[in-house]
Amino acid sequence: MTSFLNTSRPPVFCPGCTHDRITKSLDAALVKLGIPDDKTVIVTDIGCSGLFDTFFNVHALHGVHGRALTYAAGLKLADPSLNVIVTMGDGGMGIGGAHVLAACRKNLDMTLIILNNFNFGMTGGQYSATTPSDARVGSEFLNQAEIPVDICGVVESAGATYVSRISGHDDSLSDELVSAMQHKGFAVVETLGLCTGRYTKRNQLTPKVIDQMIEQRPSPGGVIAKNQRPEYGDRYRQLAKEKGKFPEPFVVKKQFDMPDTRRHEVVILGSAGMRIVTAGDMVCFAGISGGLNVSIKNDYNITVLRGQSVSEILLSPDTIGYTGIESPTVVMALSDEGVARRQKIFAGLSPDTYVLKEASVAIPDTKAQVEEIDFKAMKIKKTDWALASLAVLAKHEIVLNKDMLVFALKSRFNEKVFNLSMETVDKIV
Amino acid sequence: MAFVFMEGNEAVARGAMAAGCNFFAGYPITPATTIFNNMLQMLPPKGGTCIQGEDEIASMGYCIGASMAGKKVLTATSGPGISLYSEHISFAIGSEIPLVIANVQRLGPSTGSATRGADSDIQFMRWGSTSGAPVIVLAPKDAKDCLELTVHAFNFAEEFRCPVFIASNKEIGMTKESFDMEDLNLPPLVERTPYTGSGPYVPFAADPDKAPPFLPIGGKTLVRQTSSTHGPDGYITIDPQVIAGMQQRLHTKLDAAMDRITLYEEKMVPDTDTLVISYGITSRAVADAAASLADRGRPVSTLSLKTLWPVPESLLLEKAAPFKRIVVIEMNLGQYVNEIKRVLCGKPVDFYGQMNGILIPPAKIMEAIEND
Ligand code: SF4
Repeated sequence: MTSFLNTSRPPVFCPGCTHDRITKSLDAALVKLGIPDDKTVIVTDIGCSGLFDTFFNVHALHGVHGRALTYAAGLKLADPSLNVIVTMGDGGMGIGGAHVLAACRKNLDMTLIILNNFNFGMTGGQYSATTPSDARVGSEFLNQAEIPVDICGVVESAGATYVSRISGHDDSLSDELVSAMQHKGFAVVETLGLCTGRYTKRNQLTPKVIDQMIEQRPSPGGVIAKNQRPEYGDRYRQLAKEKGKFPEPFVVKKQFDMPDTRRHEVVILGSAGMRIVTAGDMVCFAGISGGLNVSIKNDYNITVLRGQSVSEILLSPDTIGYTGIESPTVVMALSDEGVARRQKIFAGLSPDTYVLKEASVAIPDTKAQVEEIDFKAMKIKKTDWALASLAVLAKHEIVLNKDMLVFALKSRFNEKVFNLSMETVDKIV
Repeated sequence: MAFVFMEGNEAVARGAMAAGCNFFAGYPITPATTIFNNMLQMLPPKGGTCIQGEDEIASMGYCIGASMAGKKVLTATSGPGISLYSEHISFAIGSEIPLVIANVQRLGPSTGSATRGADSDIQFMRWGSTSGAPVIVLAPKDAKDCLELTVHAFNFAEEFRCPVFIASNKEIGMTKESFDMEDLNLPPLVERTPYTGSGPYVPFAADPDKAPPFLPIGGKTLVRQTSSTHGPDGYITIDPQVIAGMQQRLHTKLDAAMDRITLYEEKMVPDTDTLVISYGITSRAVADAAASLADRGRPVSTLSLKTLWPVPESLLLEKAAPFKRIVVIEMNLGQYVNEIKRVLCGKPVDFYGQMNGILIPPAKIMEAIEND
């Protein structure tokens, strides 16, 4: 291929705009690389640099301001054989800063060309993240109160594995783009250029001044030795391959006849660390093994190691509609925190409700039948109180029996944990 | 009977896998996080890709890129994430990029309550984008629905090349429940139509009532995609006629298929004068309320919508016709009821809604129904 340029859509930049030279240099670089057009995609941002995708006969994706790197990453992850080139301006770099940092940290094999011309050309020369504080721009005095960002410094410290800064007027630009694209990993090339339509109208910026800027802040020179590491896609696929088997859903068949087939509403009131959620799951497994429909909701603090842990379980021979608790048939009060969280339910409990209360826990007045059990005296650790309460239910054959409880424990635990659990269960039933 | 026991979020993930989803990107947010967790368990063993974006905007960007490379993509979030998705929802609508968004709704506005449910975003999902072009929104009522509707969502996204939302709710997503796998009713899978024509590929050339045939970026034929107003060739256009045609097609491609897009459940009881319309988790309490009312000798009929957007107008007109009175129940202070009033204009429509972080109990619904 002698050129990738789309002859039916020639560049339309302002006369003297450096973007025009960069377009040609990118074309020359693609030709030198000899990469196939159908395995190359140009992803562009918003602004004048966002026109790039239209000038080339390769795959193209033009998107929303600042987000070009995110589409590029999606494309590259989906099709690792793609050569992905992203163009954005200093504007896109600024608004999409989080994506620039993420791309540097990931190190996908892509090339980002940041066409830095120190201002927002398309919208009227407003200041950007790279506008010098002493420049005269379309945002009045605002740039004077900020300092510009050093793109190469930022991307280098964020982990880009290839970083260079070059004048858009440099004759070696196409060679620089070739080596960036040949680099296996995330390569960032910052080109410095003139926005003749806006910026150079009020600021003394010439190719010579750009050369001086680069002399003052030299290019990091390409490959950043200290950042070298495996390419993200390769690393991702290697790690993903080590991932275990597909988790098939756990299927439970009806195998027991329930001791009682009434609809039950079970509330377990405990604290973080008491394995309340696990106990709730056990009740559910047992219920399903008895042919019931079940649902469970858990309420715990966002800081998971502290505070209440409450499980609300429904078991019903009929399809479960409303999943809230209306009239509990079983309440297990295992910690004051848990009780405090559902304080209000006690007054309304019916005389048929079975309440299991650990001896150390205080509960409000209630008409329900309350059984107090001193798990501590039975030498059962607090972390096993929820499990022990299930054993108490099994003993009374409320909701479940011992066979069902054993089945539930077996389905959920490995042998070691199962045997430990059974030590607790056997103390009670 | 082969019961499984899972939360709605796991069911969404299983539905996605059943639909052939092979790419997920998302950002953790309660109550949607476990969809991400599940996809991270399920995709790698099947050769799929699961990514945590640096933010919600990026997550959608990754999905858009992957979808344009031909992947079937899913993302999941909640209200605050939908806010950030907005610019990319617009992109996916206008540029016809198939993707499925699970929105496990929580109580808003803003950060609201991470662990409190509400059907907060019913209008937001439809209108939270520029231009007013439509999306598809499906509302599951339980875990089994989450699985089934996610497969439908992928089918619709593929066929119509548009974003499809699963309007879940914390109360479904994070509630574990049992259901019989043998009762699952999954539709046959639909894949996006590939371009097979002999001429040059014109990426947005399509029949006036269809989505354009698809070719992936990275395939043999060069593909153009753009977020800007484009003609069939994928280049920016200012031709009013071309623009008008393309804008209209975004609507027509869905309108023309409303029969197939419309999903619902109904329980029509002979000789009743009241129809209770609801959707999502609320429709379960409505079913309980209707059963209790029937026991008391005051039966009502119920309609539970699964397709919320585009509004199934013909269905609403047809189903509501025989009834004197319509009652709408929603887990918000009145969002979808406005659509129902619009469609059934003139018919008495009563409303009960609740926005307090808890489920609407059947007793409240009975009260609303009996209060005429
Ligand atoms: S406005 Fe500036 S950047 Fe845009 S084309 Fe003109 S000179 Fe180039």
